[in-house]
Amino acid sequence: MATSATDILVRIKRVDLWMPKLVVAPSFAASLFFVYGFIAWTIYISFTRSGILPRYEFVGLVQYVRLWDTPRWYVALENLLIFGGLFIVGCLIIGIILAILLDQRIRIEGAIRTIYLYPMAPSFIVTGTAWKWILNPGLGIEKLVRDLGFETFQFDWLVDRDMAIFTVVIAGVWQSSGYVMALFLAGLRSIDDEIMKAAAIDGAGPWRTYVGIVIPMLRPVFLSAIIVLSHLAIKSFDLVMALTAGGPGIATDLPATFMYAYAFQRSELGLAAASAVMMLATIMAVVVPYLYSELRAGRK
Amino acid sequence: MSARQVHGIVQPKSAASTILRVVLFAILGVFALYYLMPLMVMVMTALKPLAEIRTGTLLSLPHSPTLEPMLRAWDSACVGVRCEGLKPYVWNSIAMVVPSVLISTILGAVNGYALTKWRFRGAELIFGLMLFGAFIPFQVVLLPMARTLGLLGLAGTTTGLVLVHTVYGLAFTTLFFRNFFISVSDGIVQAAKVDGAGFFGIFFRIMLPMAPPAFVVTVIWQFTQIWNDFLFGIAFTAGDSNPATVALNNLVASSTGVKEYNVDMAAAIIAAVPTLIVYVLAGKYFVRGLAAGALKG
Repeated sequence: MATSATDILVRIKRVDLWMPKLVVAPSFAASLFFVYGFIAWTIYISFTRSGILPRYEFVGLVQYVRLWDTPRWYVALENLLIFGGLFIVGCLIIGIILAILLDQRIRIEGAIRTIYLYPMAPSFIVTGTAWKWILNPGLGIEKLVRDLGFETFQFDWLVDRDMAIFTVVIAGVWQSSGYVMALFLAGLRSIDDEIMKAAAIDGAGPWRTYVGIVIPMLRPVFLSAIIVLSHLAIKSFDLVMALTAGGPGIATDLPATFMYAYAFQRSELGLAAASAVMMLATIMAVVVPYLYSELRAGRK
Repeated sequence: MSARQVHGIVQPKSAASTILRVVLFAILGVFALYYLMPLMVMVMTALKPLAEIRTGTLLSLPHSPTLEPMLRAWDSACVGVRCEGLKPYVWNSIAMVVPSVLISTILGAVNGYALTKWRFRGAELIFGLMLFGAFIPFQVVLLPMARTLGLLGLAGTTTGLVLVHTVYGLAFTTLFFRNFFISVSDGIVQAAKVDGAGFFGIFFRIMLPMAPPAFVVTVIWQFTQIWNDFLFGIAFTAGDSNPATVALNNLVASSTGVKEYNVDMAAAIIAAVPTLIVYVLAGKYFVRGLAAGALKG
């Protein structure tokens, strides 16, 4: 009797040695195949002449040379710089201002925070659709202002090649600035109240306290907000598709819409793969150093 | 983020500070209007007959509010050549969201538990490798995924989308549960092991009862992400199997006949309602997910 009891115990222990590995195995295998395997395939395809169908003959950097010879790719990159830059700066400015204002012992803070953050809930397609209507050259803001008496008012950025990219900025900042506000608010809450009091006792006014003391202390929050926002900007696809569909013409193309167009509309697999690899490289350049430092800090 | 903490430097009670408070509330109010404006415009436009849209402006209230645009958007507006409104596509989204959220969340829970409470050799490395999947731009997997779905006979199907969302959701669900379980004391687990409890015994009897908050955060995160997805939907489905976001985009982009802006807005509201409801009911958890996702972006 006693031996069989130990037997069972030993058997359970043995089961427990491989059970954790067994339950993680499917997910890990999926990740190896669908993430690493797929990335490897995409990278390989970017070194071939694949068109509508993949071809596996290695031809070196041909597709990358073509990519960097394609004017449309430069349009996409330029747009990414304009959109990304303004999007990040806009979200940071609105975010930090709102966070500081909300940190002044507002009784209805919860309700206000709910309003500021709700744009993060619906999809970019929904908000893109809404902004497309608001910015509609005939019936949107333009008509609103004209009906107020400014009859020559013009606001047709949505269909203006040179200005359309800024409509993407307007909608993007609207959707994401509340989120950045929440990041900053959490950062402000973690600052010791004694520091605020000490600054007040030293006679520093609100302006000097925030600009001189608090904002510099929020550097880590700025850093992570910039990383998150750049990541969002580089991946931006839905918002542009809903708002301008990359148009007028290709005026608001971004790398993500460029890749989609070459992969699924023009069936240029090799070139599409090369552009996807460029996107991956850009994101890795932003995220990997950050992740590395975060993980190291976490281990200490 | 508790509101009770003493913070800020604007001191109440003096005359100058009263003015400051008024200015403060005015600015906060203006921003509240700024964030609410698109939602108000959507609702008001969706309630107006088309004639009123031509005569009025974005912000004019509907004179004779009507639910007709909403009904049309739901079951008779044309998406491409199919004139059954958004309804069939909303069902597609539901059929896509429910299984992929459930499977990815359950797998994430077990993974997070196994990786933190049974630290076998290589557990950290496995987690690190899996986490990487949360950062990649999905463009880099679109082409091989399209081929794989084709080979599996899942191209253009909701089942295919379930597979895609489950696979690429795992990095997030595992991350959320790992972060949750890592904060649970190892002592409890050690004690249970000494008492002879096994892997699943500890999971079901000790871990799961503690984990509802982690489940809520993860389910909300996954639901929002997958419901709102557009890239996978447009790349891997066609026509009848489109999810609601893709159908909404097609409905708005279609240019046959008179442009019915009120129906467009009504359709946008329909596509937004599920995630907005989740946000209103469980905003706290939604924000927690966003904070956890801050690492992810």
